[in-house]
Parts: sequence; structure tokens; C-alpha cells
Amino acid sequence: MIKIIFFCTVIALVTSPLMAKEEAEVMHWWTSGGESAAIKVLADAYEAEGGSWKDSAVAGGSNARSAAINRMIGGSPTTAALFNTSQQYHEMIAEGMLNNLDSIAIANQWDEILPKPTLDAIKVDGHFYAAPINIHMPTWFWYSKKAFRKAGIVKEPQSIDELFVVLDKLKASGVIPLALGGQKWQENLLFMAILSNVGGKQLYLDVLNKRDANTLNSPAFNKVVEMFLKLKPYVDTGSPGRNWNDTTSLVINDKAGIQVMGDWAKGEFTQARKRPNRDYGCFAGLGSDSLYIVGGDVFVFPKTDNKEQILAQEKLVETMLNPLTQIRFNRLKGSIPVRTDIDVSSMGRCAQLGSRILKDESRQVPDGSMLMESYRYGSLKDAITEVWNSRDMSTQKAVKILAQALQG
Amino acid sequence: MNVIAIQVHLKRNSFAYLAALPMALTVFVAYMGTMFWSVRLSFSSSRMLPKDDFVGFAQYERLFNTSRWISSLENLLLIAFLFLAICFVLGFLLSVFIDQKIKAESFFRTVFLFPYAMSFIVTGLVWQWIFNPQLGVQKTVQALGWESFKFDWIVDPDMVLYTVVIAAVWQGAGLVMALLLAGLRGIDDDLWKATKIDGIPAWRVYISIILPMLRPMIITTVVLLSISIIKMYDVVVAMTGGGPGVASEVPAKFIMDNLFERANIGIATAASTVMLSTILCLIAPFIYSNYIKKQGR
Repeated sequence: MIKIIFFCTVIALVTSPLMAKEEAEVMHWWTSGGESAAIKVLADAYEAEGGSWKDSAVAGGSNARSAAINRMIGGSPTTAALFNTSQQYHEMIAEGMLNNLDSIAIANQWDEILPKPTLDAIKVDGHFYAAPINIHMPTWFWYSKKAFRKAGIVKEPQSIDELFVVLDKLKASGVIPLALGGQKWQENLLFMAILSNVGGKQLYLDVLNKRDANTLNSPAFNKVVEMFLKLKPYVDTGSPGRNWNDTTSLVINDKAGIQVMGDWAKGEFTQARKRPNRDYGCFAGLGSDSLYIVGGDVFVFPKTDNKEQILAQEKLVETMLNPLTQIRFNRLKGSIPVRTDIDVSSMGRCAQLGSRILKDESRQVPDGSMLMESYRYGSLKDAITEVWNSRDMSTQKAVKILAQALQG
Repeated sequence: MNVIAIQVHLKRNSFAYLAALPMALTVFVAYMGTMFWSVRLSFSSSRMLPKDDFVGFAQYERLFNTSRWISSLENLLLIAFLFLAICFVLGFLLSVFIDQKIKAESFFRTVFLFPYAMSFIVTGLVWQWIFNPQLGVQKTVQALGWESFKFDWIVDPDMVLYTVVIAAVWQGAGLVMALLLAGLRGIDDDLWKATKIDGIPAWRVYISIILPMLRPMIITTVVLLSISIIKMYDVVVAMTGGGPGVASEVPAKFIMDNLFERANIGIATAASTVMLSTILCLIAPFIYSNYIKKQGR
């Protein structure tokens, strides 16, 4: 079957008319205001280098990825396609459907300048198969300075116990202590924040990567689940189904104390003309050695024998990882540059904090989607939402449900 | 029919067959073909890309060990039962009510049928706002002064399914009304005169005489409603996103999530094969009694 598809691909490529000069068709899902501004930076940079950018935006991450895969199987792949820094594209690598980027990667010393979790996600059997463009940290803590002041909280919590003290004070002051949008992925972020902050690096990796019975039955993991469930009373009843940005605006309007959300939430604060450190604060985790979960986006480059297209692909990689483009792009996207060797002093306060933490390799951990297959990660999210939303959920039962999803 | 008769028949109707050919081809290749391919894939180990191997019932085993799938099926059963029952009773009452030769009949007919013109996505969104504790009914009643009033079904895992049923019924009842009304209008006035002479109360006439006469209409209604239940996806996505937790998940959403977001073709096709066989089992008796048996008579 695959051979037939591949054969058709080749036929289609041979017979398709030669493309215009270094025209790059790029498939992505960045359609919201801030996102499309960010992708335009990449498009402009590419055109400034003499290429011609053809934008193929499909709304919704999974829709865009399916469309890219369908185009590949159908024999007319795009020049590049956006994916998350994860295992989403590993099956395509195994089937030999992607071009490898070894020559550019080695020439630009990716081994030295990229953080290890990102490197692990794009490097398979010693070859580079994707061009990472940013790093998203999905579990920042955002809080309202005004709500903190009103509740008499003077400093950011440094441990899980301090977090509960803070939440209690917020509750007493009459605001929503923890703003959570009750959608599967947001509940997942909250769980990951607790897993990394309470469990620590070893447990985080063991739970998501090794998934062995010993780890999942350990008292340490039990404590993580217990703390996660303990957060529930601090969430308001309007939570289920609420969008993440509506939830962020609760913090923006000082109606809620804390939200755990990715670094993209910064854009919401900026749009509402709130200033960091004065109106809102951000911290990446509990304590000065908290972990930094490394997520992000990559472009993959479907296999082709068309010389023009290969040139276009190479030029795309070069421009996307150019230091200046990296800064401009990430400032709009809310993420931080994927290269650890560039000066980020022109970026926002939270981004600078993030870049500083990222430099410490011992604090980096990969996002869950890099550690397991999409279907398994999906079942884990189902389990987390089930555990979070069930009444009378005991820690023991929750551990069992989560373990079943992780091992199934 | 002997061979010559068939030839004559073909010759006489050749243009009709020719005209039907494109659609027939579409049905066989596009619909049936992809259906069979889906069934085939459900027996393979496909994840992101379709694979050619054969793994027996492994995907089905995993499917029925997935708690979300099981709760999706349970949810669908409850929705199906309530939706069919309420839609039917409400639709029938509405049609009887309109059949009383009331004034402004066409106005009421339009009003009741109007929701059906709306897509499920819009229906879902509207009802989501109505049920939303911070925007809708609860907030309004509280603002009117009844501050302890609580109506938060949509965020309550035990009640959320009923909100989905309400939205679906709001949309579907009008269709039942329209179909049954058409049936009621087809009933001879003489029948009513006869029952009046016999002194049978009107409700008794409706239940014992009219309803059995409406049988073909009722079957059409049941089939149409059942199809919309099995397909139920957009209203859930728009209203609850399957939440809170997995409290309002439905099979179609499970299939879509696995097919697209999770790149898990094997499980998705196994789930859709289960749904397909369920539909076939449900519909087969109807088809048999309405089409096949008739020819034999």
C-alpha cells in the first residue's frame, strides 16, 4: 500500500509542472490575530531572501496537520508543514516521508544551540527531520497583582504548600482563587504543572516516559494526584467548557487570582494594555529550581526529488532560524527563541525570565507530547479530565485511572 | 422474467439507467467503497497512516477497554431514548393541536418548524448561552431578585446530558410535527364523522385509530431522528465539548477525535464499524418489513 502511494507520489511529482522559482507553499494553522502577525514575519523574511511564499492556512491544529498528511499521501505535498514539537510526525519519519535536514543542521551547529528536549524531538537515529522555530512553555503561572494585594499576599509561592496558602487567602478575599477553563487540554496543563512542580524531574520523566507500575504506584505519584485533586475547590463553577482566553480575562480584570496557562497568554494581557510587574505577574514554577516544560512548534519538510523544492526547503530553514527573525517572530508569538545563543534583552520580562531558566539544562523537561504517541497522550488527557470532573474521586481511584491510560 | 423480457425492459428504459449511472457509481465507489475500506482498516494496526497488515480484533479489544468509548455509548443510549420519546410525543401533540383548524395556523406551523432550519452548531451555541450559569437563565432570574436560584445543568456532570437532549428536541420536534401533520391531513373527514356518530372521544380516536393509520409517517420520523442521533456531533461540540469531563461524550466525537487529533486510524475505524453495524441492525427490520416483504406479497 505504502509503496503504491509512494509510487503515485513520484509519478505526480514527475508529471507536475515545474514550480515557479523557489516558491514555498507552507501549511500551518496560525489564523488568529497574533499568530498570523507572527507567521507574516517568517513570510516576509523568506521573501526578502528572494523566495516566494505561498500561504496555506487551515484553521485548527489537528485539521491543518491532517490536511498536510493528506496532501503528502495524495502525492502533492506542500513545501513545509507545521507540527508541534512532539511525536506527531515520527511515524512519517519511520515511513521515509520527510526530507532530512542534516546538512543545514550540522552547518549551523544545532547540536550546540538547541535545548536538549527539542533536539530529542527532531532528531531520529542521528538525523535531523524538522526545523524547530520556537519554544513554548505551557505551564506558566499568571496572576493578578491587584488580587494578590487585596488578599494580602506579598510574594510568589515557592512550594506547593505555599501555593495552597496563597489560594486560601485569595478565596478569603472573595475572588476566584484559581482560574481554569474546564476544557480537556487546559485541565491537562494544570495536571502537568502539578506533576512537574510537585513530582520533580525524575518522577515527571518516569511517569510520562517509562510509565512503569512501580512509578505509577509510588507514594510520590500518589502525592501529585492528591495535590491535583486538592485544587478543585479553588475553581469556580463557571469553569466547565470555558475558553482559555475568557479565563485569562478573569485574571486581567482582577476577578481571579491565578491561572496556569502557556506563555501565549501574555498576548491577552498586552492586548488589554496591562503591564507586567505592575498589573500582572508571571512565574514559571514553584521555587527557584522549578522545571521548564519545553514545547513548541516545528516545520517538517515532505520528501521530494524536485530540485527547486529542495532549495526552497533549505532556504526556509535558514531564514526561520536566523537570529533576527527568531526575535521578531517570537515576540509576536509569545514564545521564546529556540536558539539559546541569541540575546533576548529586547523581549518581554516573562520571556527573558523563561530564556534564563532555559539555559539551565537540569531544569529542562520535554512536553508530554514528545514523550509518548499522540493516541496515548490523548487517552491520558481523557483520564485527567475524567478524574478532575468526577465527584467523589479518591486519590487511589484517580491513580488507577491515570495509570491505565498511561499504560494502555 | 425471462431473458428476452429483461432485454426489452433494458432497451425501453436505457436512458433512465444511463441517467442513474453516475449516482449509482458514486454510491458504489465513493460511499460503499470507502465504507468497506474503513472496515478493512479497523482490522489493521494503522495509526497515523493506513497500513496493510492484519491484526484481527485487537483494535476492537482496545476500543471496548477504553472507558471513554463505553461512556460515549451509554450517553448515546440515554440521549437516543429521551430524544426519540420526547420528540415524538411533543411533535405528535403539536400536530394534533395544529390540526384543530386553529387560527393563524401557518404562523404556528412556521414557528414550530423553524428550529429545524437551524444548523446543529447554531442550536448548540444558542443553548449553551441559555444554559450558561453566568450568562443565561440562572443569571437572568438571579438579577430579577431570586438570588438563590440555581440552574447549572450544563456544568453538572450528572445533568449535562439532559441539556443536550433539550437542545436536540427543540430542533427536532418541529420536523416530527410537520411529518405527522401531513399524515393527519391525509385522513378522510368521513372517518371523523363516523367516530362522532359512534360517540368515541377524540383522544381515543387519535390513539387507537389515527396513530395506527400514520404508521408510514411514524416510521419515516423514527428513521430520520435515529440518523440524526447517530450522527450527533456538532451540537455536543458546540454546547459542551463533551464535558464536563467525559459526561457528554458521544461516539461520533470519539471517532472524529481519534481520526484527526490523535492520529489513531485503527481505533477510529473500529469505532465507526461498530456504529455502522449498530445502524444496520436497527434499520434492517424496517427495511425488511417495508420493502422486501411488500414485494413478496
